[in-house]
Amino acid sequence: MPTALTGGLALKPQHFDAALACTASGLWLEVHAENYMVAGGPRRAWLAALRARHPVSLHGVGLSLAADAPPDPAHLERLRQLVQCTDPALVSEHLAWSMWRGTYHPDLLPVLRTTAALVRIADNIQRVQDALRRSIAIENPAHYIRLNDSEWAEIDFLAELARRTGCGLLLDVNNVYVSANNLAYCAQTYIDTVPAQHVREIHLAGHSADPQLGTRLLIDSHDAAICGEVWSLFKRAIARMGPRPTLIERDANVPCFDELLAERDRACTLLDARRTGTRESVCP
Amino acid sequence: MTASAFTSLAAFQDALARTLEGEPCALTPQMAALVAQPGFAVYRNGVVKHAIDALQANFPAVAHWAGEPWFRAAAFHYVRQTPPRVPMLIEYGATFPAFLACFEPAAAIPHVAHVARLDRMWTEAHIAPEAAVLDPARVAGLCPQTLSRAVLHPHPSARWAWFADGPAFTIWSRNRDRTRELTALGEDPEGALLVRPRDGVTSGRLDAGEHAFLNRCAEGGTLADAAHAALEAAPATDLERLMCHLLAAGAFSRITLRSDTDQEIRDEHDPRGS
Repeated sequence: MPTALTGGLALKPQHFDAALACTASGLWLEVHAENYMVAGGPRRAWLAALRARHPVSLHGVGLSLAADAPPDPAHLERLRQLVQCTDPALVSEHLAWSMWRGTYHPDLLPVLRTTAALVRIADNIQRVQDALRRSIAIENPAHYIRLNDSEWAEIDFLAELARRTGCGLLLDVNNVYVSANNLAYCAQTYIDTVPAQHVREIHLAGHSADPQLGTRLLIDSHDAAICGEVWSLFKRAIARMGPRPTLIERDANVPCFDELLAERDRACTLLDARRTGTRESVCP
Repeated sequence: MTASAFTSLAAFQDALARTLEGEPCALTPQMAALVAQPGFAVYRNGVVKHAIDALQANFPAVAHWAGEPWFRAAAFHYVRQTPPRVPMLIEYGATFPAFLACFEPAAAIPHVAHVARLDRMWTEAHIAPEAAVLDPARVAGLCPQTLSRAVLHPHPSARWAWFADGPAFTIWSRNRDRTRELTALGEDPEGALLVRPRDGVTSGRLDAGEHAFLNRCAEGGTLADAAHAALEAAPATDLERLMCHLLAAGAFSRITLRSDTDQEIRDEHDPRGS
């Protein structure tokens, strides 16, 4: 368990030089694995340079673990090679699908939480972990539509995947907030019941309201600063489960590096306070 | 209506994928219930937007030359016709130049398909495998007899093209650099060489002789064959100047020697052999 990691940043290419030069204590960087699956050239050189300076996390978007098919062997092999070269501190993917019958749908598509899906996804995660020879963490998705009559609650589904495969969980607090808003459930209850022992990483990000529907439909757009409610949920999560490696994500309206670093510092301050101040209140 | 009414996970994914791809198809009651939810638009718009964003990132000179609204409208048609096949979106758009060449509204934008081809060449050079650049001194040190049997191998990142109908490379260069400096464009044909000899992709002009020379090298021709091709394409070609230019640009990675006896190619400078 990489307990040494504190606050990290999702790396944007325009921040490469600043990230490389950054001396902030404990900084780690997360990149989308698919952006570095190239035969050669500057991208691989950037990643190698960053890795020499900071811990790196590989966050995949293309394994399509929730598709009703095994992961594409060619893609899995590309990931295996990247993991081998990079020796990342963390490897993660999504509870979602995107590749289907030879087409890549560039989004994180929703999952039917049936027992049949659970069996398939657990098998897919196991195949990935066998290929990589390491455990990966699975991220809870943002929800925009109601898939009625799912056989499993999401938390139970994720916990069962972790139990069956030994995978960890990546708790995206913004996804919890957005989904709770969109599907009208209680975000606090989700945070209070997520299986803490499996959570290896936390994601924090901003979101936006749908242009037509306003705040009735929030979108996990990663295009704004983290809102107060998400910070509160984050505090609640670490109060319950203790500090976890925590990543700040921003994919659009990207500000200067220092502004993102300030959000990361805020997360670090909360993690430090949790680490030093209230250890005795860690939940079992 | 229940989601679990889908007969299988695969049936659910088939139905959802077809809907996202905009295929006109009769929706099952289950899928109709999902599509009717306002949030479904997030997925429907998301898959198209992300693909168009990727295409715009991969074809920045086209987007600048044609203007972003035109580009995104054209890209929408392309995305519908040719969605991504792999999750590495840097690779997306291999057939976009050919699409633009046949896309009727593109006829109003001069050389836009060629500009797209140059953007694609840049991407291919950017992500090509690593290889050392051939040291010009290795060529300079060969005697004329050896030189005529030598085969120059283009660098794996080298991409070149000839645009017979006008200044596509000039337009591409200006738009890739995001300048709108539109001093008079010539009408002469232009050639272009893009290559990544070290850290980044470089681009420069090629003349007709150099273009023919590189083509022959890529076909495995000897230096004598390539020189012949260059002179045939452009009789006034100065071969020494041509060699200096291409070697300095980093267009080659290896030099091998074609044997008179067995046609095998071996690396004359392979340090393992010395």
